[in-house]
Amino acid sequence: MSIGKITSVQDLNNIKAKVTAALKAERVRLLLCCGNGCAASGADDVYKAFEEKLAAKGVDFKVEVFDEKSVALSSTGCQGLCQYGPLLHVVFGDKTYFYVKVTPDDVDEIIDTTVKDEKIVERLLFKDPKTGKAYVTKNEIPFYANQKPNLMTGCGVIDSRSLEEYIGQDGYQGIAKILGTDRKDVCKEVLDSGLRGRGGGGFPTGRKWMFTEMAKGEKKYVVCNGDEGDPGAFMDGAVMEGYAHALLEGMIIAGYAVGADEGYIYVRAEYPRAIKSLRRAIAQCEECGLLGKNIMGSDFNFEIHIKEGAGAFVCGEETALIHSIEGQRGMPSPKPPFPANSGLWGKPTLINNVETYANVPNIIRNGAAWFRSYGTETSPGTKTFSVTGEVVNTGLIEIPMGTTIKKVVYDIGGGTRNAGKEFKAVQIGGPSGACLTKDHLDVQLDYDALKKVGAMVGSGGLVVLDESTCMVKVARFFMGFTQSESCGKCVLCREGTKRMLEILDKILAGEGELKDLDVLEDLALTVRDGSLCGLGKTAPNPVLSTLKYFRDEYVAHIVDKKCPAGQCDTFKTYSIDPEKCKGCGMCAKKCPVNAISGEVKSPYTIDASKCIKCGACADTCKFGAVKF
Amino acid sequence: MTQTNDGKCGCCCGIDLTRVKEIISECGTKENCLIPILQKVQDEYRYLPEEAMALIAEKLGISPATVFGVATFYAQFSLDPKGKYIIKVCNGTACHVRGNKTIIDAIRNRIGLEAQSGTTSDMMYTLETVSCLGACSLAPAVIINDKVYGTMNPTKMVAAIDELE
Ligand SMILES: Cc1cc2nc3c(=O)[nH]c(=O)nc-3n(C[C@H](O)[C@H](O)[C@H](O)COP(=O)(O)O)c2cc1C
Ligand code: FES
Repeated sequence: MSIGKITSVQDLNNIKAKVTAALKAERVRLLLCCGNGCAASGADDVYKAFEEKLAAKGVDFKVEVFDEKSVALSSTGCQGLCQYGPLLHVVFGDKTYFYVKVTPDDVDEIIDTTVKDEKIVERLLFKDPKTGKAYVTKNEIPFYANQKPNLMTGCGVIDSRSLEEYIGQDGYQGIAKILGTDRKDVCKEVLDSGLRGRGGGGFPTGRKWMFTEMAKGEKKYVVCNGDEGDPGAFMDGAVMEGYAHALLEGMIIAGYAVGADEGYIYVRAEYPRAIKSLRRAIAQCEECGLLGKNIMGSDFNFEIHIKEGAGAFVCGEETALIHSIEGQRGMPSPKPPFPANSGLWGKPTLINNVETYANVPNIIRNGAAWFRSYGTETSPGTKTFSVTGEVVNTGLIEIPMGTTIKKVVYDIGGGTRNAGKEFKAVQIGGPSGACLTKDHLDVQLDYDALKKVGAMVGSGGLVVLDESTCMVKVARFFMGFTQSESCGKCVLCREGTKRMLEILDKILAGEGELKDLDVLEDLALTVRDGSLCGLGKTAPNPVLSTLKYFRDEYVAHIVDKKCPAGQCDTFKTYSIDPEKCKGCGMCAKKCPVNAISGEVKSPYTIDASKCIKCGACADTCKFGAVKF
Repeated sequence: MTQTNDGKCGCCCGIDLTRVKEIISECGTKENCLIPILQKVQDEYRYLPEEAMALIAEKLGISPATVFGVATFYAQFSLDPKGKYIIKVCNGTACHVRGNKTIIDAIRNRIGLEAQSGTTSDMMYTLETVSCLGACSLAPAVIINDKVYGTMNPTKMVAAIDELE
């Protein structure tokens, strides 16, 4: 159903009232998470199964919010607990159930028991893996109870395909509020909120807006950085996919505030679902006059284009990103001039991160003071983090800035997941970031506190590492990443990272010498000081921080020829203890490379030349006969 | 790889460039259209044929070297034909920490690929590593063509490839 042209606050209020009434009239709403994570676990098949089986069972259901039916099927953005996906949140007015790991085979039972009879399917409830306690509603689960969602309340709750539902949540009221006001006041409101760039640097957003607003020029651009190159981070992808309208509203407000009439969203190519969702949202806005000429009947014009990235980490750097939009190789250029003065095609350009823009509508609607009521004095607001690695609950979280690492790892993440393996470190900030240790568990996640300990918020990727992770390997991983992603412009970044990588490889191969550590440190500082852009400047961070906090692990690899974490293959060979082997042959069946042979009932042997050291045999053997 | 200067196919390989011409007229001939054109051509042909790049250079009025420079800068573009199934193993942090190396080895062994990445001689499989697929909570993650596979292990991986055929 078309909602027609929107030309006033009244129009928005009317739609909102209709949405509220429509939601109230529903008996049950099925909120199926179809975010990237749940999709990887088969959410699209579950959605299809619901469509087919609801119809087959004669349950009259709707997808569009305004349809007058009592059962609604809705596809939401990321609901956070990706690891347990596909997630299904069932809402009956005030009563809610939360199901995890839903498969197409569960759909029949859910329809019969829950949709029809409003009863719980016990076996689908989330059970705490440590205590075994089952939870009926989502918000009681410690993972959720310890969060403070502002963005994610939209993302995981509304149908990500629906403009109406976004308006139902006061969406686009921010634009209605600013149209006709002095654009300097809009910049000031953002400045007062204390919002800082969520793309890594933490630069005050309001100040950037003011610089761009003041820059001279008829033509200005607003660019959204959706490149999210940091491996291990997926928050921006989740917002673009599940809450695209908040991003668009933020960009439109930014366009008005700085005096731009054209915007670009640069999305990385690995996010096809995000691209699709953004395209749909833009088309919806164009249709009802929220984008295009004379927005909401005013004299403000603004259009938004999507640019797909082509797979280069350095394009996340703002000047490189601008070159990439222009159709060139994505190489950074020196600043100044800053994009605020000379950016896209030499015109003043505002460039912010996805989450930065997505926070703006709330700030404009609720005011700067509201935003400041979360977080810390110098880092206000909430921030999303992706929590991954060796932790019980992995997924997307949103917390007030200033929450401690301990709270994230233990209260939300549920602690380490491998039995008997203690927490060792948390890697934060991606390839530019650092590894922090047990001693830092009380450090607050905010821009300044992290900077003090040599780390950074970065984009918000948080990878938890336990005792089984080799820190030298972690450093090698990031070095390998930055080395291959270096664009090659600066000699020190191009060659220095390569030499650093060689040294790390030498150590991991068991051929390191103690003096290598001094060379490594020396090189790290040289690369840091001699590179133009943030990539080279921060590339040594993972090495520096592991050298600082885990030097003994490096020494163990070099002097004792041992990997304390037991992870490095060089120092490991798999063999079968003939005393313990019962000759069951399970290991040979599990071996993905057929490296194990033998006769049933007599001891098996492993061919070391074929073995890929995956450990599948050791995991399978019931008798503990596989040694390494 | 050599580039012809006249923008015509230099190798008589007989590749049909009709779609390339259509793509160029859909996207336009401004310089900022270059990357979208290359993306669409790669979608269509599964790689960037040399002749196509030469034609694009001619139509956009830029040098073949510029096109080649852009094509080799971005990881997404491939100058060699790819296999029927493109297996992309995530090499992001989360997947690395949870052991994607053993998965890569299992795939190489299963599809019979010596190198760490590349295409099998029968053109059935291409193995690549990519940085972060955004499914980090389900590490290690793999994409085959467009389908995402989460929480993989070597055994599940081999089974998933077996299922393709
Ligand atoms: C190598 C490198 C990669 C970057 N990658 C990203 C990225 O993926 N996403 C992002 O928003 N910012 C990234 N940045 C930061 C941007 O250059 C820029 O500061 C940011 O987009 C500004 O937005 P903000 O002020 O809202 O954070 C990167 C910077 C560097 C040096
Ligand atoms: S690190 Fe593999 S999906 Fe993100």
